[in-house]
Order: sequence, then structure tokens, then C-alpha cells
Amino acid sequence: MSAGWPGYRALQVAAAGWIPQIKDPQLAYLFGGVLGVLIFASVTGAILAKTAKGDAARATIDNLNARTRAWWKMCAIFALTLLIGRIGSLILFALMSLLALREYITLMPTRRADHRTLIWSFFFITPLQYYLIGIRWYGLFAIMIPVFAFLFIPTRIALTGDTEHFLERAAKIQFGIMVCLYSLSYAPALLMLKIPGFEGRDARLLFYLVLVAQMSDVLKYVWGKLIGKHKIVPQVSPNKTWEGFCGGVLTATALGAALWWITPFTPLEAAGISLVIALLGAAGGLVMSAIKRDADVKDFGAMIEGHGGILDRIDSLCFAAPIFFHVVRYCFVP
Amino acid sequence: MSAGIHPLANVIAALARGVSGVRIRWAGCRPDGGQRIFFANHTSHLDFVVLWSALPREVRARTRPVAAQDYWEKGVRAYLARRVFRAVLVHRGGTAHAGGKAEEFADARTVIDRLAEALGEEESLIFFPEGSRGTGETIAPFRSGLYHLARRRPDVELVPVCIENLGRVLPKGEVLPVPLICLLTFGAPMRIEETEDKRSFLERARAAVTGLRRKGQS
Repeated sequence: MSAGWPGYRALQVAAAGWIPQIKDPQLAYLFGGVLGVLIFASVTGAILAKTAKGDAARATIDNLNARTRAWWKMCAIFALTLLIGRIGSLILFALMSLLALREYITLMPTRRADHRTLIWSFFFITPLQYYLIGIRWYGLFAIMIPVFAFLFIPTRIALTGDTEHFLERAAKIQFGIMVCLYSLSYAPALLMLKIPGFEGRDARLLFYLVLVAQMSDVLKYVWGKLIGKHKIVPQVSPNKTWEGFCGGVLTATALGAALWWITPFTPLEAAGISLVIALLGAAGGLVMSAIKRDADVKDFGAMIEGHGGILDRIDSLCFAAPIFFHVVRYCFVP
Repeated sequence: MSAGIHPLANVIAALARGVSGVRIRWAGCRPDGGQRIFFANHTSHLDFVVLWSALPREVRARTRPVAAQDYWEKGVRAYLARRVFRAVLVHRGGTAHAGGKAEEFADARTVIDRLAEALGEEESLIFFPEGSRGTGETIAPFRSGLYHLARRRPDVELVPVCIENLGRVLPKGEVLPVPLICLLTFGAPMRIEETEDKRSFLERARAAVTGLRRKGQS
């Protein structure tokens, strides 16, 4: 097709607008690295599956391999949306919020009178929050849910006249929106930060947050399986051990520090920020485990093979994203 | 057999499954089987669509829902019920008073006749023995239609199905659904005993549905 074709120039401009990240070669290296880790995990899993003896070991390995398969899919989706650009990331995270909120509300004993409030939460408050990020209206993005939605929800429930367990119902919906929607939306909100000298490369920050948060989960799991002995809070989660926690947090911090070159941070700053991400990830995992324990379920859902539901996968991200955002905004945005 | 499914039925089923994010458990039987009557608790207008869409394609093509005539007989609803889902429309409560006054008795007889006729040689039915939608929290006593149908066709397997959470997705009187996750559990098939009377059979059938509830478990 010749360059003189009338639509060609328009197409080129459109493509450049929609796929700006392709111009960032370092992001391609990072995805290459992720690809390498995935291939390594798949090969290791295949070898372990051949050598595993005993039912318990086999079950663990099967679950491990299921998790790896799901990681392939999740990484592919994340890479694709990051390549599409801001719109892609916004849509992805908006969908994740909806799916997480659905898993959370499913477990909560809401009543029939809460129906309209839930409709508002799913179909108005969620799109509005991501729209505010889309138009870069930071001031309203930051207070829409903690102020306006916070006051709206109990009001809407009170209007129905059903007062049974009133505060409990309102609080449960508020908490769900705060975690699944507000906190998570801070991840794509990184794309609206304007860091001097870092223009046009903000997708890396989102990549960095997701990578460190998810790798700290994976590393905690791996360390816990390898040398885990002393349980942190056995009443909440029998799988969380001090060995897994310390090993995971330290290695995730090291990983985050080693990736300083894709961020606007110095190596030391990157280590500190990764430590914060890993610690908050652990906090998120713990809190969401407590909710699951209270509701008497093992997982929030069954959407992701081997992992459980969406919310089981992003609990650490939900807690890490807002703090990461505000640390970066406070320290690096003039 | 799938040629028998109206294309719109597949679209609506896919939508209903998406909105309800339904999780399906075959706890007591396999998805494929002979002629069956699926009987379930009734909490939402989406019940039969979601239950129907949970079945394997070839079973779907020969499974018809039983629906209330007064609700489904006009306009778009009638088109959906008759053409799209091939519903068997019956008078609500027509089976409730069997054994009562003479004309009601005759009415109930015709309903059972129509259902037996719809079953024919190979069709299956989806049946809500509570008669009307409940709150989703408790299951109302079953009406007698299921008993008479079971007596008429003792060769057909009766499969209890428990629908959870769908009443929260679209409660009575609401138009917009909240996309929560529902759970559909298919239990072990049962048959009517030779000597079983109406009350104990209906009790047993209701207990079979109640027993499938998994409140508080994933």
C-alpha cells in the first residue's frame, strides 16, 4: 500500500495516538523478561509434574501448573491493554473493579431493599470513577467515592425504609466500593501523573506497580511452600507464614530495586517503594482472607484457574495501589 | 437436535449467563441423560433462562420450560415464551387444588394432560413447583402439580435443582439486574414410590431442593 493512499496518514496518526507505548522499547524488554519468567515457570512445572510423588505433592504441583497457565493469560491481557494505551488500561481496570465488586457483594448478605443502591454502585459510580481518571480530573477522582458515594449509599438505603441491619448493610457496600473500586482505580490513575522527565512513559509506572505487587504474592507463595513453618495468624489464613512473608517481601524489594531503571526513582528509592508495595500487598491479602474466613469461603470466586476469583488475585494490588500512587505523587510530582 | 433452538434463545441464554456469572455444580447426576423433569426453587424471572442455559446444547434442544400463562401470554412475552423458548404455558395454580371442587379438578386435569403431552417421547421439562416467585430466602411449600405429573409419568427422572442468589440479581418487581454470581446445583434424580402419598412426596421433593443449598460455601 502506497503512502499516498488517502487514508494512510489518518490511520498512522490514529495508530500512534492509540498505541503510544509501542514507541517505548524498554517496555518491550520488560515484557520479554516476563515472557522468560513464564517460560521458566512452565518448564519447571512440567519437570515437577513428571517427578512428583504422592497425592499431596501432586495436588500442589497441579495447582501450581494451573496457576502458571492462568498467569500466561493474565499477562497476555495486561500486555495487550497496556499496548492499547490509557483507554485500554482504563477499560481493563474498570472491568476488574466490576468483577471484583460482584464477587465481594455475592458473599455479603445484602437485602432486597439494597438492590437499587447496588445498581447505582455497579452502573453509575464505577463508570464515573474511571471516567474521572479518563478526563484527568484528579480533584474529583480523589474524593468522589470517599465523600459523595460514602454519603449517598446510606441515604439511598434509608429511602427504602428497610432498617434491618441498616448500618451493617451500608458499611458493607461502602467497604466493597472502597476496596474493589476506589483503591483499585488508583492503579490506572498512575497514568495521569505528570512526572518531570518521565513524560510519555507513565505506562511503565503501572507496569512496575502491578509487577512488584504480583511478584511479591508469587514470591511469598514460593517461599512459604519451600520453607514456611511459623504461621502468622492461623485463625485467618493457614497458608501465610513468617518465612513466606519475610522471604517474599525481601525478594520483591530486591526485584523492585533491580528494576529502578524503568522508573523515575533512584535504586534506593525504588527499594523503599517496593518494600511499601510488598508490605501493603501482604496487608491486602490478610484483610481479604479475614473477610473470606468470616464468610466461610475459601475463595471469592472461581474465575481464574488455580487462583480462585479476581478478588483473590488483586487483593494485594487493591491495598498497594493507593499508597504507591500517593507516595509517587507526593515525592515526584512538583 | 440443536437446529431446534431459536437463535434468539441462545443469545438471551448467553446474556443471562453473563449477567448472573452462574456457577454450575452437577452434584447428583450427569449433565446428559434421558427424559427429565428439572424442578427448582423460583426466585426470579431469570430462573428458567439460566437453568436452561446451564444444560448441554443437545439437552437444551429438547427441554421446555413450564411457565405461567397469565404472565407470559401477551405481546413480546408471548413471543419469547412460545416461539423462542417453546414454553409450555399453563394456568397458574391450575394444579393447586386438585381434589377440590369439580371444575378446578377438571382444570388441573387438563394442565397435567398438557404437561404429559409436552413430555412426549423425548422432551424434558423445567418446572417450578412453588408456583410463584419467592423471596429467595425460604422455599415455599410445593404445589401438587409435580406429584400428579410424577404419577402420570413415573418413567421420567425428577431432578432437583437449587438456584441460589438469582433472586438477588433480579428481585421481584425490579427491572435492572445486579450482576452477582449465582450458583446452580443439580441434585440426584428421584422417582415417586409406588405407595407414596401426595404430601410426603412433595415434602421429599422440597427437601431434595433445600438439601442442595450451599449458603456460606463457595
